[in-house]
Amino acid sequence: MSDIINLTLSALINKIKKKELSSQEITKAYIARAEKSKDLNTYITTDFENAIEKAKKFDEKGNFDYKLPGVPLAVKDLFCTNNLKTTAGSKILSNFIPSYESTVTQHLWDEGAILLGKLNCDEFAMGSSNETSFFGNVESPVGKKIVPGGSSGGSASALAAKLTPATIGTDTGGSIRQPASFTGTVGLKPTYGSCSRYGIVAFASSLDQAGPMTQDVSDAALILDVISKYDNKDSTSVNFKRGDYFKSLSSNIKGKKIGIPKEYRVDGMPKEIESLWQDGITLLKKLGAKIIDISLPHTKYALPAYYIVAPAEASSNLARYDGVKYGYRSEGENLISMYENTRSEGFGDEVKRRIMIGTYVLSSGYYDAYYLKAQKIRRLIKNDFDDAYKSVDAILTPSTPSSAFKIGDKTDDPVSMYLNDIFTVPVNLSGLPAISIPAGKDKNNYPLGLQLIGKAFEEQNLLDISYSMEKELNFKNNLQDWWIK
Amino acid sequence: MIKNKEYLIKRGSSEYEVIIGLEVHAQVLSKSKLFSDSPTNFGAEPNTQVSLVDAAFPGMLPVINEFCIKQAVKTGIGLNAAINKKSIFDRKNYFYADLPQGYQISQYKDPIVGEGSILLDLPDGEKKVGIERLHLEQDAGKSIHDIDPQNTLVDLNRSGVALMEIVSKPDLRSPDEVNLYIKKLRSIMRYLGTCDGNMQEGSLRADVNVSIRKTGDKKLGTRCEIKNVNSIKFMQMAIEYEANRQADILEEGGSIDQETRLFDTKKNETRSMRSKEDAHDYRYFPDPDLLPLELTDDFISKIKKEIPELPDEKKKRFVDKFKLTPYEANILVSDIETSKYFEDVIKNSDIKLATNWITGELFALLNDRNLEISESPISSKNLSTLINLIKDGTISGKIAKTVFEIMVNESKDPQSIIEEKGLKQQSDPKEIEKIVDDVIKENPKNVELFKSGKDKLFGFFVGQVMKKTDGKANPKLVNDILKKKLN
Repeated sequence: MSDIINLTLSALINKIKKKELSSQEITKAYIARAEKSKDLNTYITTDFENAIEKAKKFDEKGNFDYKLPGVPLAVKDLFCTNNLKTTAGSKILSNFIPSYESTVTQHLWDEGAILLGKLNCDEFAMGSSNETSFFGNVESPVGKKIVPGGSSGGSASALAAKLTPATIGTDTGGSIRQPASFTGTVGLKPTYGSCSRYGIVAFASSLDQAGPMTQDVSDAALILDVISKYDNKDSTSVNFKRGDYFKSLSSNIKGKKIGIPKEYRVDGMPKEIESLWQDGITLLKKLGAKIIDISLPHTKYALPAYYIVAPAEASSNLARYDGVKYGYRSEGENLISMYENTRSEGFGDEVKRRIMIGTYVLSSGYYDAYYLKAQKIRRLIKNDFDDAYKSVDAILTPSTPSSAFKIGDKTDDPVSMYLNDIFTVPVNLSGLPAISIPAGKDKNNYPLGLQLIGKAFEEQNLLDISYSMEKELNFKNNLQDWWIK
Repeated sequence: MIKNKEYLIKRGSSEYEVIIGLEVHAQVLSKSKLFSDSPTNFGAEPNTQVSLVDAAFPGMLPVINEFCIKQAVKTGIGLNAAINKKSIFDRKNYFYADLPQGYQISQYKDPIVGEGSILLDLPDGEKKVGIERLHLEQDAGKSIHDIDPQNTLVDLNRSGVALMEIVSKPDLRSPDEVNLYIKKLRSIMRYLGTCDGNMQEGSLRADVNVSIRKTGDKKLGTRCEIKNVNSIKFMQMAIEYEANRQADILEEGGSIDQETRLFDTKKNETRSMRSKEDAHDYRYFPDPDLLPLELTDDFISKIKKEIPELPDEKKKRFVDKFKLTPYEANILVSDIETSKYFEDVIKNSDIKLATNWITGELFALLNDRNLEISESPISSKNLSTLINLIKDGTISGKIAKTVFEIMVNESKDPQSIIEEKGLKQQSDPKEIEKIVDDVIKENPKNVELFKSGKDKLFGFFVGQVMKKTDGKANPKLVNDILKKKLN
């Protein structure tokens, strides 16, 4: 059993294809471990019985040519799953069972994957520590009372704790890359428009993007192959020629030009992050890449612009949760009081905070000063990247300005929480792809990640560079299974 | 009809001019909704035309229906308007039970159609009314308050249906001009097939902006917006009431508050709904689920090729080619179905007679029975036959009216009615001569009186002949023979 859960996704698939392992054996192994790992609070909803049933069916007459043949997977609870409760980590959707499937998860099942259940996340993906979930905070397996990051905290924690061989998350301002960085796993945010947003509970539509969270880079390529597809149900989906990411993986990066943006050397950045970054640079040189100093001059405006654009869109996206049609309702004397009761009781503090910020920045009289200006900054930030990409193929930065922090440390200080996204949000504002790979540890032995930012639709390039680095870094989490009961 | 300059509100020595602008909401004629593939059938069972997108389920996304875009562009071309190659869909945010998304997808700063114009035919000449813009937006659902005493029920069938909001410039000056404007707009859209213009079903409704100013003043007065009026009659009544209300206020030295008002059709008055201070802040911003809409020249020119002959051109052709008076032409082109009917009839029959019969007998009949011309009990083919029977002397105009009535009630063709009922005109001179002889023989006294100079008695003899022939005798022959015999 312990062999199974220690295999990467691609290793598991090999064993299934060679019939050395059955889907049932694998599925049961992960379920057994999840049952003993409840203290991490990674799952909001489990679907274990169905999963075993599906695994049995797969073993009887499954198609072994599938990309994910009989592989059990748990996914972030932001993806709508047909017939299975989908909460987005919120009380307001705590009783919501969709009658439809998100495009991205449908692609997983179409390639033979089996749903284990739905993983905890920050409420409506708003958070950087998985502490805003109505279903409680998630603990990271990397250390007791340590946050797994957010908003895909349940996904990162479950992946690092080996409760699922791989998973998918969503990334609006760093929600895949930051938790990956905090848990010693790989997280890829694809180019905006690569993976369909259809059926994903929306946070900020112009920034949201689903992506793989995996144990290593080749697993990320494998999942990306499955989920990156054009979808005419999402008007922002882009019909570009996708690569054959997994098959094309190459660790030869000789001559690739990597940019190092000076603006990411922020004040108060811990020494260990600085040296992690330096080590990354040294490693890339060793691998034959050319290091080029670049400037992304508008970087410092990215975070404030993000915290205007994202809440603005969210304030509108979340208007549909009004107690009228589905989800939680708290009765009132009239329509207005029903709205007020439902939304006051149904949303948590962070969500309310962002709805208020968003409503404010879109209000007449403030629109030009905030929303419009933020959109202009967004264009400038995109231009910065475009300029940089005239001379480099990818950009290397730390994933986060610090390692994972203690649960409760930042809950009273939203701004310091928001600062955690400082290296990840410019990527979302520009629609670019980026990956976080585990690259080292801090003094407490908590993982640290490096981020590679690529050109739009050039995920293959990003995967190749991180694949070659990963081989040399040889990162190991070495978790002690302290949470197992 | 009141002439445009004559519609003034008088108070003591003051005269006020009424300034009106309309925001017409016209439902796009389309099988499916603006951003989903749900059907748009009117009168379906509540909540049976609703998709997950229309009901705003989590994660559902709008996808533009290209046909609706085409319809809007077509309408824009019909309004002689500029088509904007780039337009943007915005979210208009507000909470209401029948607005599932919590916002309406509409177009705010960058509409699909820009400035254009509509030509009105006023009794004293043509008037050009400016169009400010046309934009696309989704309709909301319907809140029903009068079925359940405890609860409001919501029907989402209309939720997401495509509407064109057509905004006029404040160029209208009287209720009559509003009537003509709506009718012309409706006519153009029906010609184009972009809106069925059915006001009973709510396919066409309008917000009416009304302000007044003293005659001669250049500056516009403060306006009030009367929301969601769904018939021309109500629009006219609302304007009449509102203009007078505003005049009363100004005359007493007061000032008009800019506000949104509702027209109470039962009490025939407008009532304040919300003031400017209470106006919603809709927090418009570009919908991030939809990319800016960009139209290619090719797309627009293809649509241009599909534009049919519109009422103004058709009117000109009817006047030039068929020698109709502008008045007659106007009547015949105002509705596309009428113009088609007319052109069908005149394919094989006399234009003058056809014009008279359609605008006379047929319109009277349709009016009487409250029918559209498409529902006419008399087909264009049968009317054409009837006219030819008059023209070639088979029946008289008078008999034709009888035949027309029978055609309405028995829906038969005129030829067989005439044969069955023996209504054919007697045009055999020998037969008529025989009857004339009989009449002369039977009325010796009157013959004497006539011959002694009482000319008026000629009518009496004609009447007697007609009586004996049940009105079927050819009147011209009767006249000729009588004259010959009596002189």
